[in-house]
Amino acid sequence: MMRLFTAWRHDLVCRDAVALMTDYLEDALSRSNRARLERHLAQCDGCDEYLRQMRETIRLLGRIEPDDLSLEARDEIVALFLRYREETGEDG
Amino acid sequence: MIEPAFRPRVTLSWRQRAVRGARPALHDQPTLTPVPGADESELVARLCAGDELAFAELVERYHPSMVRVASAFTPNRSVAEEAVQDAWIGVIRGVCRFEGRSSLKTWIFRILVNRAKTAGTREPRTVELGTGDDLGGDRFSAGGAWADPPVPWTDEVVDRIVAPEVAALVREAIAQLPDLQRQVVTLRDVEGLSSADVREMLDLSEGNQRVLLHRGRTRVRAALEKAMREKG
Repeated sequence: MMRLFTAWRHDLVCRDAVALMTDYLEDALSRSNRARLERHLAQCDGCDEYLRQMRETIRLLGRIEPDDLSLEARDEIVALFLRYREETGEDG
Repeated sequence: MIEPAFRPRVTLSWRQRAVRGARPALHDQPTLTPVPGADESELVARLCAGDELAFAELVERYHPSMVRVASAFTPNRSVAEEAVQDAWIGVIRGVCRFEGRSSLKTWIFRILVNRAKTAGTREPRTVELGTGDDLGGDRFSAGGAWADPPVPWTDEVVDRIVAPEVAALVREAIAQLPDLQRQVVTLRDVEGLSSADVREMLDLSEGNQRVLLHRGRTRVRAALEKAMREKG
């Protein structure tokens, strides 16, 4: 009980805050740890900035375009489909 | 991409989809539920009927991403392309049995990841979670506070580094990740698949997946920070 109490009271250091950020973004933190992290973020510019950079990193990861599909590659795959269709009959 | 903090609970939507899929048929309820895969049932029906145009459309939609995903499992481009081709054969053979329990994309990627796992490094896979925070210990003081705090750069991404340069940088950072980190980051952040789907595909526990995701994102962020610092 005492330990719980002190754990709740104890403020995070930046190193620990940074380690919790993916759990935070994944909504995987307990309510008390979430509150501790948010309290820390509210007071710490460095960690607040770090979280912003993690979000930006995720945004950039989601924006990378894959290589274009070449017509040859597409036709090659479609040819597989046509061959299968012929083998099994048009009714599938 | 949705801001992660506000991303709808992925496990819930996954479960919802599973429940929906258990119902008799997806296309029996066309307007009532805005199922993400609702427009897919028509596509699936066409594919199953052997519609060449529908298949070409599918290939155009997913093939480029599939090559990218397969490349997360093997550094060899031709091995990756072979895995993708294998996956397409699996899709062609199995599409009539697709029941809409997941989105079509998830179903296809599941087939692909299975092929890519076997095609990729044949060495036994170990869960290399990596060590340390990849930030460098000297970023923090002995007490754990920032000694070398992050310098803001997010507002300057567009201004200081032109978009293709950022893309190249991020791609390179992904390529440099340890295998499992690269696979998790690619499936989750690049392709936007749910945590539940990725855990299942890679056979990872929830905790391990999050650790891998965290380490991977941390390294990519560090690569971006490094580039920004070098720039000026």
